[in-house]
Amino acid sequence: MRPWLPLLLCFMFTSLPLHAELHIFTCEPEWAALARELAGDKADIFTATTAQQDVHYIQARPSLIARLRRAELVVCTGADLEIGWLPLLLRRSGNASVLPGAAGNFAASSYVKMLEKPKTLDRSEGDIHPEGNPHIHLDPRNFVPIAKALSDRLASLDADHAASYRANEADFLQRWEKALQTWDQRKAGLKGMPIVVYHDAWIYLNHWLGLQQLAELEPKPGIPPTSSHLSSVLSLMQQQPARAIVYAPYQDIRAVQWLNKKTGIPGLGLPFTVGGNPQAKDLFTLFDSTLDLLLGVSE
Amino acid sequence: MKIYKAGALLCIGLISAGTVLAREQADLDEIRQQMEQLRKTYEAQLNALEERLEKAEALAEKNRVELADSQVEENRVENTGGGLTSSAFNPAISVVLQGSLNSYSKNPDSYELAGFPLGGEAGLASEGLSLDETEVIASASVDQWFYAESTLAFHDNEDNEGEVEVEEAFVDPLMLPAGLGGRFGRFYSDVGYLNRFHTHAWDFRDAPLTYRAFLGKQYRDDGIRLNWTAPTDLYLMLGAETYAGKQFPAGNNSRVLGNVQTAFLKLGGDVGISHAWQGGISALLANAKDRNSGDSNFTGDSDLYIADLVYRWAPNGNPRQRNLKLQSEFFYREEDGDVTVTDNTNSALVDYDGDQKGWYAQAVYQFMPHWRTGLRYDWLDADNHLKLTDPGGFTNPNDIIEASGLDAQGHDPQRWSLMVDWSPSEFSRIRAQYDRDESRPQGTDHQLFLQYIMSLGSHGAHEF
Repeated sequence: MRPWLPLLLCFMFTSLPLHAELHIFTCEPEWAALARELAGDKADIFTATTAQQDVHYIQARPSLIARLRRAELVVCTGADLEIGWLPLLLRRSGNASVLPGAAGNFAASSYVKMLEKPKTLDRSEGDIHPEGNPHIHLDPRNFVPIAKALSDRLASLDADHAASYRANEADFLQRWEKALQTWDQRKAGLKGMPIVVYHDAWIYLNHWLGLQQLAELEPKPGIPPTSSHLSSVLSLMQQQPARAIVYAPYQDIRAVQWLNKKTGIPGLGLPFTVGGNPQAKDLFTLFDSTLDLLLGVSE
Repeated sequence: MKIYKAGALLCIGLISAGTVLAREQADLDEIRQQMEQLRKTYEAQLNALEERLEKAEALAEKNRVELADSQVEENRVENTGGGLTSSAFNPAISVVLQGSLNSYSKNPDSYELAGFPLGGEAGLASEGLSLDETEVIASASVDQWFYAESTLAFHDNEDNEGEVEVEEAFVDPLMLPAGLGGRFGRFYSDVGYLNRFHTHAWDFRDAPLTYRAFLGKQYRDDGIRLNWTAPTDLYLMLGAETYAGKQFPAGNNSRVLGNVQTAFLKLGGDVGISHAWQGGISALLANAKDRNSGDSNFTGDSDLYIADLVYRWAPNGNPRQRNLKLQSEFFYREEDGDVTVTDNTNSALVDYDGDQKGWYAQAVYQFMPHWRTGLRYDWLDADNHLKLTDPGGFTNPNDIIEASGLDAQGHDPQRWSLMVDWSPSEFSRIRAQYDRDESRPQGTDHQLFLQYIMSLGSHGAHEF
């Protein structure tokens, strides 16, 4: 009899979740922030990406596999946003409880109305998402149904703390509704404001605020700006100037600087997600800061 | 036996201590939680009442509800079923086209690696324009229990006739508990680092010399794998495989399983936000029977050990603009057995005992979006001891040694490779590569390659 064999088996099973803390693996900082609102100290929450990373392009690092291995709940956007890395991590992690279809797999995009569903699917159109534009977190109204669904999921996975998740949900939604009212008042001045964006990632924000997106610096989604495309944006700007060139923290700002120099239109780095600038510390301050910055260029 | 008992006791102790602690903690937690809950419920109710009051007061003004907003409200209940997978097409199908233009300063048909008989697909690609390989890959979760993937490769054989090959066809069980994983069917072994990657995912046009010499380019076979991932923040994975042993470095085995056994340990993690690494050690123990390479057949034991290390850098963990990948693997092999050397009429028997080693190191740097450049160095050394046991009709013993391909002639093969590639999107890549190849004892071969890799269909995930 080999003495190490039962010891190894023992390790394998005792190291399973003995402590009551729920391990949550989130793909993006916004879902980590939401999970923190709903689970509070009942969960150990890990964020796979930061606001400085382009979530379309994440390397399937071993550290992420290790984190996924222990997760009881995976919270991601879905709608193919993480297609380049998450399916591989899920398969390699050997964790059946978080595979698609399992209770431990939560896709936020399942609970909101998707915008920009493409009519045709052709790669010559760039990196498009068949299920619609996945950047759903930029419309704060989307957090209402998602918070409800996530709280349901937390309560069913961790029934011992169900009451706490429910209470947190009520508390969060109440504060969120209040914030939505405040933002509604502040956003009035932004309606119809023309903007140019780097990547077509702001559609939900536009929809919420009524911003008018005149052009994108990327010729096709996911294809970096080319000089011919930039010059066509430039001539458009000369006829119909935008108020700002909006970009996210992870984007290369050289094209933004170029257009700014040619037209004088200010580049405007919005936080995009929690942690995208020093002000955006949680979901509330994310939208506070976004509105502050947009209102700063509106007049 | 004592250790075994102690282990069992320790195990029981760990479990029971954990449960008791957890129970006490749970009681405390429950009370705290109930109090917290009460507080929050009252707060929420109070706030709700306040809000209602405010709402009633503001009702008159509230009538300016925008049409767009009400539409959103209606739509909010709609479930679009996004999900975390791309099951838009089931199965996910992709086609990978690979072709190249190859040029050599020496005749590629006379290629040899001093001291290493060429087995498997270790030879050079044919000169001129070549449609290397067209792969059709289909993958999907079969049901909630299994994931399956198959890769069919279409290419021309030596006589320019079209051939279809089942490159991989495997099934992964998805329901295994406690971090266990598995695979069965035909698949690339997880030994080393590069072995599990399809050629279209390689950073250079050709395999490292170590892969040519020790694995016949790449080892894949029919077999079973079991692996376990530890529940730790440091990535730790242990695995073992058993194969039929039909492919190099085993070859020609008729037994069902067990002629090739592998075991591997992989570790990995992050250092800060911009650095990530992965390392591994593996063993591949093969029982070879009539393993054919050139004019010789080997029967005996072939034990291979590999150590690998990969390091990646991406500023802020965002590889989009710039990133760097360093990769190195070291191989050591012991072979012991009999080699039969045959020509048209004669068949000699040689007692063979080999100690062989080799390594490569490479760096690939993406210096701007879409553009990468890479440098690689390869080195091999064979220390083979040959003893003629039966000349079998050969008159000159030197002919036997030469035909065996095992005589390194005091030469250590080495090679430098330099490549540049351009990937206008994730789905296309065009690559130019120069190799200064000193595999043969007879001088340097200058090799130039121009290659394209085009992927159609579903997104393949990017392995680390």
